[in-house]
Amino acid sequence: MMAPDMRGAAPQSLVLKAGIVGGLVGVYVVAVGVFAAFAARPVVAQSVSLGQIMLLSIALAVGWSAADPRQGRSRRLAMAAAAGVLAGLVYAGALLVAREAKLQAMFVALSPAALNTGLFGKAGMAALAAAAIIAGLSALAGGLARQMPAPARRTLLAVGVAILIGALLRDLWISFFSNLLGGRWWVSTIYAGNGLSWIGTAVAVAVGLAWQAFRTLGRREAGKQRTSLAGLVLLLAAAILIPYFTNAFVAQVMLLVGLYALMGTGLNIELGLAGLLDLGFVAFFAIGAYVTALLTADSPLAIAQLSFWEALPIATLCAAAGGFVFGLPVLRVRGDYLALATLGLGEIVRLLVVSDMSAPFIGGAQGIVGIPRPELAGAPMVSQLSLYYLTLALTCLVALAGWRLQHSPIGRAWAAAREDEDVAATLGIDLVQSKLRAYVLGAAFAGVAGALFATTLGSIFPQSFKLDVSINVLALLVVGGLGSLPGVFVGSLILIGLPEFLREFGEYRYLFYGFLLILVMRVRPQGLWPDPLQARSS
Amino acid sequence: MTPGASPAAGGSGEIPDRPAAGGREHGAGEAGAGIGVGIGAALADWRRRSTWVDMVMLALRVSLLVLVSAGLLLSLAHNEYSAGDWLSFAVFGLTLGSIYALISLGYTMVYGVLRMINFAHGDVFMAGAFGALIVADPLIATGSLLAVLLLIAVGAATSAAIAALVERVAYRPFRHRGTLAPLICAIGVSFVLQYTARGLFGTGSRAYDDIPLLDGVVTLGPLQVPLVQIFVILAALLAMGALHLLVQHTRLGASMRAVAEDRETAALMGINADRVVTLTFLIGGVMAGTAGVLYALVFKQIHAFMGFAIGIKGFAAAVLGGIGNIPGAMVGGFVLGLAESFGPAALLSGFGIPAPYQLKDAIAYGLLVIILIFRPQGIFGERLAVKRM
Repeated sequence: MMAPDMRGAAPQSLVLKAGIVGGLVGVYVVAVGVFAAFAARPVVAQSVSLGQIMLLSIALAVGWSAADPRQGRSRRLAMAAAAGVLAGLVYAGALLVAREAKLQAMFVALSPAALNTGLFGKAGMAALAAAAIIAGLSALAGGLARQMPAPARRTLLAVGVAILIGALLRDLWISFFSNLLGGRWWVSTIYAGNGLSWIGTAVAVAVGLAWQAFRTLGRREAGKQRTSLAGLVLLLAAAILIPYFTNAFVAQVMLLVGLYALMGTGLNIELGLAGLLDLGFVAFFAIGAYVTALLTADSPLAIAQLSFWEALPIATLCAAAGGFVFGLPVLRVRGDYLALATLGLGEIVRLLVVSDMSAPFIGGAQGIVGIPRPELAGAPMVSQLSLYYLTLALTCLVALAGWRLQHSPIGRAWAAAREDEDVAATLGIDLVQSKLRAYVLGAAFAGVAGALFATTLGSIFPQSFKLDVSINVLALLVVGGLGSLPGVFVGSLILIGLPEFLREFGEYRYLFYGFLLILVMRVRPQGLWPDPLQARSS
Repeated sequence: MTPGASPAAGGSGEIPDRPAAGGREHGAGEAGAGIGVGIGAALADWRRRSTWVDMVMLALRVSLLVLVSAGLLLSLAHNEYSAGDWLSFAVFGLTLGSIYALISLGYTMVYGVLRMINFAHGDVFMAGAFGALIVADPLIATGSLLAVLLLIAVGAATSAAIAALVERVAYRPFRHRGTLAPLICAIGVSFVLQYTARGLFGTGSRAYDDIPLLDGVVTLGPLQVPLVQIFVILAALLAMGALHLLVQHTRLGASMRAVAEDRETAALMGINADRVVTLTFLIGGVMAGTAGVLYALVFKQIHAFMGFAIGIKGFAAAVLGGIGNIPGAMVGGFVLGLAESFGPAALLSGFGIPAPYQLKDAIAYGLLVIILIFRPQGIFGERLAVKRM
């Protein structure tokens, strides 16, 4: 992040800057409480914790950025080590001061226990020395890593990522291995306690090496187009098979991912295809959910006793009508203004739903309970897996519809209006009709997602329809790649699925969610799986 | 730009303008033929020109007007509140409004120079309140007014630093690209700020110690006003006055106005546009931080997630006054504060809605949406708005 500034700086100031920034990042990690949460999580059982890995990678990064490539080889390494020592001193010094000043009353994470772990269980000069030595050595390693030939570095990175994935997604892997032949034996061999066993670590290293070899070979052979198609097939196969071979929790998470992908497909029509930035999207999701609830629930508030299959089209139509009603007045509002206008509308809907005024009709803050599961061939779909497959089927259907729309005259009209409204209008495209169409279709898709949400959860509350939903959908769309359907799934998997699998880290995962958004936008502003057409134009 | 497609022309300008133009056309030949004929022709002309969307918008406009006037009349007829109640609503509205005004300045100035909405600005406001929290107890213990001012200064400095950081991380890398990347980046920063504050200061609400100096009540005729509200209004007015002087009478202010007018031309004239943008974020941060501390003084509790909703209202205030327009944002803030404090009593109580106070946010958001739909250039309008569309 700081690289452009540092390139022009003198060596001493580079070392100083990298060291101080690195030390402060370490202090931040401890003060926010991330370190304490991570220190309690072993990666390799009984030897390496996630917290230690975190501090070490900060020191590595310090060494990496301080190893000025313009300097000579040994000078470079000396700079890296010096920056690391400085970072360690800043870090340990600040924590020692914090311990003396007893800051826990103000900063809740700076408990004596957390500070003790952060200072490696040492006090005074011993803590300073330990931090300086450890940080200096890992910064030296960081400097060395920068000198390495690129393939070697990539291999190391792949191995590290493989170990982390193996350790952090432990629950996913365990549920996966349990279904294999000799499941128990696998699990107890690879994992020990909360972390990987030594054998498990070796397996992860082997997987990382294999992955890297596979990638190097693959890069030589396949063309660009084929990998993209192969990736798509792989994605679909994973979506079908993974929940089948794992457990109900995984199916439940994948169900959520599918729901968000469904909404993402809807918002993709509005934003990715027609260029309408909508932050009130959650309102249509809410309409779909509430209509389904009112039509099917076993509750005094219900107005009918339909089955899910009868309620689904009605809910979809109601959401589409909502899109029409919302869309009409805000159509002439453009760009960021549209985002805020729709945000306001969405919030108004939520406030009305949660208020006492609407309580007699839709339950107010108490919500609606007793929504039945959909029935298939006379039997209700109770297992998470069957509900997941229902979601997946609907998502694929909606994605197919979205794909067909994109390549139809309607889609081309959207693209034309998105790129330049005036030119599009001159070419005879009815802007009002075209935009309304996008709005209504997007809303309808959100309505489908809402109906599914209501039936899979069995109860709905206004708290589920907060602005966060709109923001999450927007973020997964942009992170995946605007206008790209596979991007919607990738974005949904990373922004919705990953935080669910990392539940053990509580609210800290949202901190990383924020950092992830920033990182993806800085490194790949076009998204992780961009639409080829839009990637070319940007 | 087709006039029909632009919100400025498609909103309020259109309907009065067209009959007037039509009236001139028809009335010119037959001077004195009666105003009635002119109006009839104008109406026919308007009907010929307008699409069904215009009709719907007109219907929406009329029904909103009817709804608001009915609410107002019914509430007045209801006569639930005394004159004293209304006066205290007014003072509270001004207190709230001064906080909104300070926040909206950050939105409006950043929009002026970058044409972007800073989605993390609400959290910049929150950061100010928490920055001051760190030094609050020892400062307040000294018991002097100077300490309170120092508290505000600390909050302002924290927010300014955070705002500059936001600019550096989320806006500068995307200066010359018209994508959604800065928006998503700013949302990311917003998450980071919220959960950092949560990690540092805990999940619960925090508060400054009581300030005995501001604890009293001032009696103004029939009205008893908490002293702290008067202090907040005065402090906010002072900060806004200082900002006004800065923008209108210093070199920095002149360069800010030049960059807002046209960044490329300003850069050609030798203005360092990047520096001006950073300074704009800094100044917006100072205002937001001041607002954060003032908010904490009035409401006596702050939490990590308070920034978002208040930020949206600050933005609404900026839109109300015409985004990019600095005095407009100040007035917009006060208008919004008053609307929010009067709204539930004056508009909703008449309809017999239970607990109308729950819907005060809906009134603020409703005002935002209505302004965006019908008068996107804001109450005072903004020259920039025309050019931008």
